[in-house]
Amino acid sequence: MEKLLSKVFVSRLEDLPEKLGKTVIIGELELAVFKLEEGKVRAIENRCPHKGGVLAEGMVSGEHVFCPMHDWKISTRSGKVQEPDTGCVQTYETEVKNNEVYVIVPGK
Amino acid sequence: MSKQKLVLIGNGMAGVRAVEEVLQLAPDQFDITIFGSEPYPNYNRIELSKVLQGDTEIHDITLNSWQWYEDNNIKLYPGETVLKIDKDKQIVRTDKGREAAYDKLIIATGSLPFMLPLPGADKEGVTAFRDIKDCEKMIECSNHYKKAVVIGGGLLGLEAARGLLNLGMEVDVVHLADYLMERQLDQTAGKMLQKELEKQGMNFLLEKQSEEIIGTDRVEGLKFNDGHQIEADLIVMAVGIRPNVSLAKESGIPVNRGIIVNDYLETEVPNIYAVGECAEHREMVYGLVAPLYQQGKEMAKQICSIEGDGYQGSVLSTQLKVSGVDVFSTGKINEDEHTKSLKLFDDWNGTYKKVLVDKGKITGAVLFGDTSDGNRLLSLINNGAAIEEYTESERSENSGADLISSMPDEEIICGCNGVTKGTIVEAINSQGLATVEQVKGCTNASRSCGGCKSLVSDLLEHTLGDDYTQNEKESICTCTTLSRDEVIEEIKLKGLTHTREVMNVLGWKSEEGCSKCKPALNYYLGMLKPTEYEDEKESRFVNERLHANIQNDGTYSVVPRMYGGVTNAEDLRKIADVADKYEVKMIKVTGGQRLDLLGVKKQDLPDIWSELDMPSGSAYAKGLRTVKTCVGADFCRFGTQDSIGLGIKMEKKFEGLNTPHKVKMSVSACPRNCAEGSVKDVGVVGLDGEFEIYVGGNGGTHMRKAELLYKVKTEEEVLAVTAAFLQYYRESANYLERTSAWVERVGLDQIRSVLDEKQTFLELNARMDEALSVVQDPWKEAIEDNRLLRELYQNVKVPAGTN
Ligand SMILES: Cc1cc2nc3c(=O)[nH]c(=O)nc-3n(C[C@H](O)[C@H](O)[C@H](O)COP(=O)(O)OP(=O)(O)OC[C@H]3O[C@@H](n4cnc5c(N)ncnc54)[C@H](O)[C@@H]3O)c2cc1C
Ligand code: FES
Repeated sequence: MEKLLSKVFVSRLEDLPEKLGKTVIIGELELAVFKLEEGKVRAIENRCPHKGGVLAEGMVSGEHVFCPMHDWKISTRSGKVQEPDTGCVQTYETEVKNNEVYVIVPGK
Repeated sequence: MSKQKLVLIGNGMAGVRAVEEVLQLAPDQFDITIFGSEPYPNYNRIELSKVLQGDTEIHDITLNSWQWYEDNNIKLYPGETVLKIDKDKQIVRTDKGREAAYDKLIIATGSLPFMLPLPGADKEGVTAFRDIKDCEKMIECSNHYKKAVVIGGGLLGLEAARGLLNLGMEVDVVHLADYLMERQLDQTAGKMLQKELEKQGMNFLLEKQSEEIIGTDRVEGLKFNDGHQIEADLIVMAVGIRPNVSLAKESGIPVNRGIIVNDYLETEVPNIYAVGECAEHREMVYGLVAPLYQQGKEMAKQICSIEGDGYQGSVLSTQLKVSGVDVFSTGKINEDEHTKSLKLFDDWNGTYKKVLVDKGKITGAVLFGDTSDGNRLLSLINNGAAIEEYTESERSENSGADLISSMPDEEIICGCNGVTKGTIVEAINSQGLATVEQVKGCTNASRSCGGCKSLVSDLLEHTLGDDYTQNEKESICTCTTLSRDEVIEEIKLKGLTHTREVMNVLGWKSEEGCSKCKPALNYYLGMLKPTEYEDEKESRFVNERLHANIQNDGTYSVVPRMYGGVTNAEDLRKIADVADKYEVKMIKVTGGQRLDLLGVKKQDLPDIWSELDMPSGSAYAKGLRTVKTCVGADFCRFGTQDSIGLGIKMEKKFEGLNTPHKVKMSVSACPRNCAEGSVKDVGVVGLDGEFEIYVGGNGGTHMRKAELLYKVKTEEEVLAVTAAFLQYYRESANYLERTSAWVERVGLDQIRSVLDEKQTFLELNARMDEALSVVQDPWKEAIEDNRLLRELYQNVKVPAGTN
C-alpha cells in the first residue's frame, strides 16, 4: 500500500524554545518537537510508551529526552527507549528551511 | 542443527543465574524458555531487606531487566506457574494452559516460607517475608498501623524487624530459643546482638511459644502458651522456609526434604535438573545464594556437556544486614569435646571473636562488632587451613588499605558470588574498571547481598591509587565521578557560571548531562550565587518549569497561596469562579491546608493565574511548600501562642525559596501539636512564654520524627533560627536530600554546633536574606512575559490537511 506523506509547517525556528520540547497537534496526531543544540530539530510521538507521559515536557539532554512522568530516557533520533527500560516511539522527519520548521507526517 | 530446548521453572535467583552460566558456556546451543509465578523479571530477593529498611526501592533491585531476556532470546512467561511435568513426553504444562516441550528441564522453584499453623493464622495482617508482595504489604500496613510483632529471631526476622522500625512501627520480636540467631551464633554473640538491637529500639520476648492469633477479621494480638498476650496490628512470621517441592513430587520426581540431586544437580529422572533452595544435595538443603550459585555453575557445565568436578557441598557463612550491627558466622559455631577455641571478648568496644579449632584445623568462627576477618576465615576453612595460618598472619586492626594489601589473591571478597581478590584486581587492570558498579557488572562481585561493597571500593583504591576518585555512590550521577562537594568546590574555584560550563570544564562523560545532574547543578549554581545566576528553565523538571503539577493524564493542578492555611470569602469566590469557567475536574483540600484545582489544561494555566490574582502556592516546588498552622490562641481554649500569625510570618518570609528538596513547616500553639510538627522539616510548637523548634521530621515514605533543635523565647528568634537552619541545609545537603535524611546524615549535634557559633549564625541569616531578595512570584512573572507564555504554555495546532 502506498503511503502519502505531507510536509507541514510548524513554527519559525526562533519561536521554538531552546533545549525544550513543544507540543504540536496536527489533526489527530500529537507530536513533541524538540529544538536541540545548534538548532537541530527532532519530532517524535508525544506519548511515552511507559504510561503515556507527555514527552514534550521532558528534560532534554543531548539527543535524549527524559519522560517527565517516571524518567524513562528516550532517543529523539531513533525513538528508542534506553536501557534498562524498553520500547519505542514513532519518529517523524523534520526539515528546516529559511528558518521555517516543517515535519513530514503521513496522510494528506 | 536445530537448537535444543531448555526450560526453566522458577524465575528466581538460582535458576536465572544458572541460565546465565549456560549462556556463557554455550551462547547458541539452546532455545530457552522461563516460567515464573511472580510477575517480575528476576530480582534480588536479598535486597528486600534493604527495601523494607528504606535504603533502596523495589524498582532498583532488578537483577535481569526485561531487555536482558530479550537480548538473549529467552522466552519469559512472568506470572505463569507450571502445574505439571510430563516426564515421559518431556512436556511442562502451566496454569494458563500453555505447554512447552523440553530437551533439558531445570527446576528452580525455591522455597516457601513456613507459616506456623496457629489458630487465626489466616487473619488479615499476618504475613511472611519472602517476596515483593510481602514487602509491599508490610509497607502499606505501616501507613495505617502501629504495632508489629515478628515471630522468629533469626536472620530474616531481625531484618524484618529493623525494617518495620524504620517504617515507624513499634516492634516486638518473639523467639522460641533463649538467645537470638541461635543457629548462626553462640550464646555470647547472641546476647551482644540482643543488647545492640534493644538499643536500636527493638523489644524482645524470648523463650516464648506462640499459641493463637487473636482478632476478629484482622489480627489484634498474639497469645502465648503461658497465657501471656500482646497486642499486634501486624504479625510477620519468619520462622523458616521449606523447599518448594510439590510440583516435583506430584510429577514423580524423587524427593526427600528437597528434590534429590547428585553432584551434577541431576534428579533421578533423565534430563531433569534441580537447583537452588528446592534441591537437596548430600542431604543438605541450602538457603543462601553462595552455595546455590556454585550449584548453578556445576549444573551448567553438565547441561552443556563440559566436564567438571561436580558440586561438592559448601561451607556456609552468614551476615546480618542491619545497619549498625556487624555479625558474621561460618562453619561450626558451638564447642564440643573435640574442639578448642580461640576467643577474644572486648566488652568495652563491644567486639567478640571466636575461632573454633578441631585437630589443629579451623572449623568455624563467630564474629561480632568487627567482621573484617570474616571472608578470610571462610577461605581458610574452605582450604582446610591450620589455625597457625590465621594466628601467625594476624593482621593489624585497621581495615581498608592495610587489610586489602595483606590479603592473598585467593581470598574471597564476595562471598555470595565466590569472587576472589585476584579476579577483581585482574578485571580492574585488564578491563580498565574504575567504579564499584563496573566491577559488579564485570565480575558479579557485590551483585547479591552488597555486604562487600566497601571492600570492593577499597580494592579499587588499592589497585588504582589516586586515579580512583571516590566510590561511585558519592558521585552526583553516572555522568561524572565527582561528588557533590567536589563539584561545588570546583564551581567556586573556577568561577563556573552555568550548567553546560560545569559539564564541559569538569569533563562530564555525557555531553549534556542527564535528568539527575542537570537540575542538581542548576540548584547548586543558584545556591552559590543567588543574585547573579540565571535559573535555567531547561534544567528544571516540568513542574518547576511550568509552576504547576503535571498529572497522570497530562493535565495540571493549580494551588494558590493561602498563607498559614487561612483564606477568606473573596478568595474562595474567585477560586469557585475559576473552577466553573475552566471546568476544573476536582477541587481538593490538600494535606498542607490548601485548595488544589485539579485537571487544568496547560494552555489555561496563565489565564487562571491571572484571574485568581493570588500568588503561587509553590505546591510543585523544591522549596518551601506550606506552613501548616493550628487555630491558636485567638480561638482555641488550649492555645498559648498566636500560631496562625507566626505561621503567616514564616510563610511570607520563606515563600519562593529554592531548597535541595521540598520543605514543609508548621506552627502549633500548644504541645498537642495539631499542626503535626513532628513530621515536618521545621515544626514550631508554642508553649507558655516560649517556642520549641523541631527539625528533620518526615511523614512520607521515610517516616522520621523531628528532633528538638532549640527552645527560644520570641517569634523573631523562631524566624532567625529557621533561617539559619534552612540556609545551612541549602548549603550542605545533596540535591534531592530531604531535611530528614540530611539531619540523620550530618547529625543534630553538628547542626547545633554550627548554629551555636554566633558569627556563623548571623552570616547564615545574611546569606538567606540575599537568597530571598531575588524571589519573585513565578505566576506573575509568567503572565507578564509574552515570550515565556508562548514558549512554555502554548501548543502549536495545525488542522489536518493544511500545508
Ligand atoms: C528478606 C530476605 C533476605 C535474604 N537475605 C539473604 C542474604 O543476606 N544472603 C543470602 O545469601 N541469602 C539471603 N536470602 C535468601 C536468598 O534470597 C535465597 O536463598 C535465594 O533467593 C534462593 O533462590 P532460588 O532461586 O532457589 O529461589 P527463589 O529466589 O525463591 O526463586 C524461585 C522462584 O520460582 C517461582 N516458582 C515456584 N514454583 C513455581 C512454578 N511451579 N512455576 C513457576 N514458577 C515457580 C517462585 O515464585 C520464585 O519466584 C534472603 C531471603 C529473603 C527473603
Ligand atoms: S510514562 Fe514515561 S516514564 Fe512513565
